[in-house]
Amino acid sequence: MKTYTYTEKKDTRSGFGAGLTELGRTNPNVVALCADLIGSLKMDQFIEENPDRFFQVGIAEANMMGLAAGLTIGGKIPFTGTFANFSTGRVYDQIRQSIAYSGKNVKICASHAGLTLGEDGATHQILEDIGLMKMLPGMTVINTCDYNQTKAATIAIAEHQGPVYLRFGRPAVPVFTPADQKFEIGKAIKLTEGKDVTIVATGHLVWEALEASKVLLERGISAEVINIHTIKPLDEKAILESVSKTGCIITAEEHNIIGGLGESVARVLSLHRPTPQEFIGTNDTFGESGTPAQLMEKYCLNSASIVSKAESVIKRK
Amino acid sequence: MPSTQHLNDLTIQVRRDILRMVHKVNSGHPGGSLGCTEFLVALYNVIMTRKEGFNMDGIGEDLFFLSNGHISPAFYSVLARAGYFPIDELSTFRLIDSRLQGHPTTHEGLPGVRVASGSLGQGLSVALGAAQAKKLNNDHHIVYSLHGDGELQEGQNWEAIMYASAKKVDNIIATIDLNGQQIDGSTDTVLPMGSIKEKFEAFGWIVFEIEEGNNMIAILKGMSEAKSKTGQGKPVCVLLKTVMGHGVDFMMHTHAWHGKAPNNEQLAIGLAQNPETLGDY
Repeated sequence: MKTYTYTEKKDTRSGFGAGLTELGRTNPNVVALCADLIGSLKMDQFIEENPDRFFQVGIAEANMMGLAAGLTIGGKIPFTGTFANFSTGRVYDQIRQSIAYSGKNVKICASHAGLTLGEDGATHQILEDIGLMKMLPGMTVINTCDYNQTKAATIAIAEHQGPVYLRFGRPAVPVFTPADQKFEIGKAIKLTEGKDVTIVATGHLVWEALEASKVLLERGISAEVINIHTIKPLDEKAILESVSKTGCIITAEEHNIIGGLGESVARVLSLHRPTPQEFIGTNDTFGESGTPAQLMEKYCLNSASIVSKAESVIKRK
Repeated sequence: MPSTQHLNDLTIQVRRDILRMVHKVNSGHPGGSLGCTEFLVALYNVIMTRKEGFNMDGIGEDLFFLSNGHISPAFYSVLARAGYFPIDELSTFRLIDSRLQGHPTTHEGLPGVRVASGSLGQGLSVALGAAQAKKLNNDHHIVYSLHGDGELQEGQNWEAIMYASAKKVDNIIATIDLNGQQIDGSTDTVLPMGSIKEKFEAFGWIVFEIEEGNNMIAILKGMSEAKSKTGQGKPVCVLLKTVMGHGVDFMMHTHAWHGKAPNNEQLAIGLAQNPETLGDY
């Protein structure tokens, strides 16, 4: 089995910042907006290099979404930056009407998604944003797993015509995807070959899935780990091909199991190939304060939980 | 510039379109539509610099954003009669498979519409974004927008109003349809907003008042003055005092016709008060 290692940990939001900086140098139509969270979103370099193409809107996310929609009229490609909670739940109707229904080419870039935001607690830890965004017709939904992938995704979505929700996080996590890996929207990445169980993971759970696969291998279970960075459109083919071999599946995400990646996968399986499935995700609950590691353990979003669910789903085959 | 006679004829014809459109489907919003008819006719036929045809980016021309999307009947009629799409298509208003949705949308590809509106309070932000895109493109044209007065109760407006002056967006003229009515009654009974003029001024806008918002000459004069104040570092607001339901006597001075269609008899009376000028669709 292919094994993955890392030499450094970096936050995915810095990948976004690096990708935005590169876009600033290569695509004159890219503009950026931020609602008073420049440092958190790592937008400083873009702003320094392109002051005329940056719009500080203050703590006014609804206005930011409308401004972004308007900026597309005239050919700009706006990237909005704020926390995931304020990028989605707070401004759902603005996104729905002015961006999604209006078909505007806005890139909604959301940091501090999920429990790993940590100590600020549940007011800021949105666990419903993937669901909110994937329900909007025409919205592409992406949740990246490490620094390199986030940078690549940021650059890739500028070339995509249409609204995109790009979700990433706050903590430093292992950098394990190749720096030169091209990001293809909607194309799953098979990380390990396996025959006993499929683990489909997104965001911070991808590394946890790889860690779990090592433990499972020691126990004689061969896991196929798939990185689903694009939740919508979902790479149905990759999922169906894998389960045709393994016969069972785990989905893993830092999100409510209601409305998340797991439900999207379950729909595909129920239509085309009913398969035993277990869900790693928060179970219809809000988060709370704590360190990211403590929270991921308490809410069973780590490799140990994936191992445990994998062993149980195999028994259901 | 079209003659005053033509503008008046067009205004009356748009009124007929509005009444017939909402009557046919027994739904829609005639009150605010009738109240803004002169303004929209003036905007599209005199005030705005427009290019032939429709291009979403609108580079090199003035743009208009309708925030109070429920006055779609007036908007559609004025767009059709300005050449954006066939006038006959007005007969499809609110019908299944029509590009003329209940509230305006880009989704069906109707030429002339640049953003969906209807859920209130969002249009000013979009208009400001488009105005800032114009600045980035060195495009010295103006962005116009129209908003209901009741709509100002939505908080997003005030985010946008604060932003516009802070960022010196001086290539926008936002017009408020000051008809004093909203669905549940007068704005003063539903949620009194105090002086809208003083509020805009406190937020750093230049404010013009058009006292006779249903008088074509007054609108042209007022908008011309407003235009002369663009490009001076401040956003410009026009408070357009209109009468909801203007031109149909029983629909005037009441909120009752905000979102109600006339019956056959009422339609006949309304049409008789606005005799055909340029030809019905």
